[in-house]
Amino acid sequence: MDFKFENIDEDFRSEIKDFVEKELPWNWREQDLDPEDEKDSVLVRDFKRKLGDQGWLTMAWPKEYGGQAASHMRQVVFNEEMAYRGISAGDAGVRMVGPILMLYGTDEQKEQFLPKIANAEINWSQGYSEPDSGSDLASLQTRAVEDGDDFVVSGSKIWNSAHADSDWMFMLVRTEPDAPKHRGISFVLTELEGQEGVTIEKIPMMWDAYRGLVTFDNVRVPKKNLVGEQNRGWYVGAALLDFERSGVDRPARAKRVLEDLVEFCKENKKNGRLLADDPVIRNQLAELAVQVETTRLMCYNVAWMQSQDLIPNKEASITKVYGTETVNRLYGLGIKIMGLYGQLDPDSKWAPLKGRIENAWLRSFGGMVAAGTSEIQRNVIAQRGLELPRG
Amino acid sequence: MDLGLNEAQQMLKTTAQDFLSTECPDTYVREMEEDERGYTPELWTKIAEQGWLGLIIPEQYGGVELEFQDLVVLLEEMGRYMLPGPFFSTVVLGGMSIMDAGSEEQKQEYLPRIAEGQIIMTLALTEPSARWDAAGVELTATATGDSYTLNGTKLFVQNAHVSDYMVVAARTGTSEENISLFVVPTQSDGINQTLLKTIASDRQSEVVFNDVKVPSSALLGEENKGWETIQKVMQWGAIGKCAEMSGGGQQVLDMTVDYAKQRTQFGRPIGSFQAIQHHCANMATDVEGSKFITYQAAWRLSEGLPADREVAMAKAWVSDAYRRVCALGHQSHGAIGFTKEHNMQLYSRRAKASEILFGDTDFHLENVANIIGL
Repeated sequence: MDFKFENIDEDFRSEIKDFVEKELPWNWREQDLDPEDEKDSVLVRDFKRKLGDQGWLTMAWPKEYGGQAASHMRQVVFNEEMAYRGISAGDAGVRMVGPILMLYGTDEQKEQFLPKIANAEINWSQGYSEPDSGSDLASLQTRAVEDGDDFVVSGSKIWNSAHADSDWMFMLVRTEPDAPKHRGISFVLTELEGQEGVTIEKIPMMWDAYRGLVTFDNVRVPKKNLVGEQNRGWYVGAALLDFERSGVDRPARAKRVLEDLVEFCKENKKNGRLLADDPVIRNQLAELAVQVETTRLMCYNVAWMQSQDLIPNKEASITKVYGTETVNRLYGLGIKIMGLYGQLDPDSKWAPLKGRIENAWLRSFGGMVAAGTSEIQRNVIAQRGLELPRG
Repeated sequence: MDLGLNEAQQMLKTTAQDFLSTECPDTYVREMEEDERGYTPELWTKIAEQGWLGLIIPEQYGGVELEFQDLVVLLEEMGRYMLPGPFFSTVVLGGMSIMDAGSEEQKQEYLPRIAEGQIIMTLALTEPSARWDAAGVELTATATGDSYTLNGTKLFVQNAHVSDYMVVAARTGTSEENISLFVVPTQSDGINQTLLKTIASDRQSEVVFNDVKVPSSALLGEENKGWETIQKVMQWGAIGKCAEMSGGGQQVLDMTVDYAKQRTQFGRPIGSFQAIQHHCANMATDVEGSKFITYQAAWRLSEGLPADREVAMAKAWVSDAYRRVCALGHQSHGAIGFTKEHNMQLYSRRAKASEILFGDTDFHLENVANIIGL
């Protein structure tokens, strides 16, 4: 047992802090950004380019692709420091498209896309979910029909960031409707910018952001944009490069929220008593602090297992389900602690902590649904982790 | 960072599983629940032969000189197999008190005998007020010449009925932390014990001290400085209990998953129902969290790093998590799990007892609240 990071990783932590203080184009103490939101995405892209210049955006990539082959624990340090400051440095291009191309892409595809991903020149939108295919993703119905050198794509993709400055979409499409559902899917890259037949709608979310709904009406996608074998797209999409995937950003973000709430409790009164002196609030906030700490350790374990070439299976699902649910509870408690003020929107002059807690609470429900709902995660823990029989 | 067990720890764990599955099956646990002593000298001797009683005692006193984090690995397995008897009270409560505060002479007197299994020890800390703070210690030790006279009542003293010595926390001054420790032979004149019947069927006693005289050589550490040691022992004790609970939780999870695979209702194993799967997933989450929050604190204690925050967080988390694990274990087992015949109840009774020992969740959450700046 040894719970400390290597000294060189701790040095790296300081380096990141200094860099962020100097280079971040917004004030992380005052402002939370949603990278999938239109107005924020430009700022985020600017900063990502700076990270790209540092080589940090692709630190997890193999050296042959211009990465640093950074250790899992070093990635943890980076992700923690970014998330603590509310910076979304996770990028679908870097984390998903790049690695998939490295494993399945043609030389031409690698040449075309990898450098641009590494420099954050392309904003990627994920085209997986559809209005009728959520948890049962493999039931997706967006059709791609072969026609000469192209696929002709029709259907719709939802819950993406296509509306927010996105250039390309990596998507799963059905190329063989008669095959078993997992075996008729292909993975294609589709340019969105100026594409005929593409309609992008903005879906207002209950928090201060939108998600995209993209409709494809006979959109022509060149066959050279097919990644991997036709009809093997399900497996292409499931490919993972060995990134740290502990979800350590959640406890790191939550740590900051905890600190903000502790300060709030030390400065504000409820019914004439300092909140920090209220035994119920002390108990509840301390309980969340323990849950956040436990989440952090579970995340460290996932990254550590990866560093040992062990495959985190149920462990990764555990951090996802427990982490997202803990974050949701924490924000909910935050609003309660703030009392009537907790309900105020970010733009109110009365809103404590600029309304960040209110908005983040609304947004935190998304965490328990996106990328495998809590229910799907629990199924994974039970069936793959504990080997319980499928229903 | 290394979140796994090292080779020696892995070996200790495997050895412990082999030994305990043979020597401490559930039949033994059940027998000891009814037994007057609550353990058998035969098994005690075998445990001593394993070197476990001296696991963390320095070699110069006849021990193996491993670290506290190694002991935690062993305690996990003892929790899993519900080892009855005075191991915990001898090694963690009595032994570690002496290791921390004892003079060279006292260490030579007691530690080799602990390691060899010749003496059983315990800690007499809590009193009828059931408080964990220094103010809860009201039993007095009055200095008279070269001896002390002890008067008062200790309550919830573990295994006092079979202990040869008790480390007794006594008040020797008026300010709150004027506490001193004494190593007192349990057979001393003026000591009267009454066994308590408890939820976990362990052995705890009321121990009344009526003009009990001990020589000043019985003083452990400096006069009025005993509370410093007690605070450390409370931390070791809390994390030791966390380890037992973590191991017990793992066993309850394993039992429940096995049962869910075998038990058939509506023509299919109940483990194929999503409701049961999600119970098991939640249990696995609690067990996973228990393990690492315990290890983190154990590691810090082993390294001599400040650990107030980590210990408080661990005891707060694991106390609740183990109770939740047992509750879901019961729910998944249905009625059979509530029967005396089934092992579930052995675990859930122990879970409740461990939850309240060395500070319950609320006690530790208040510590956490202070530490995070509230």
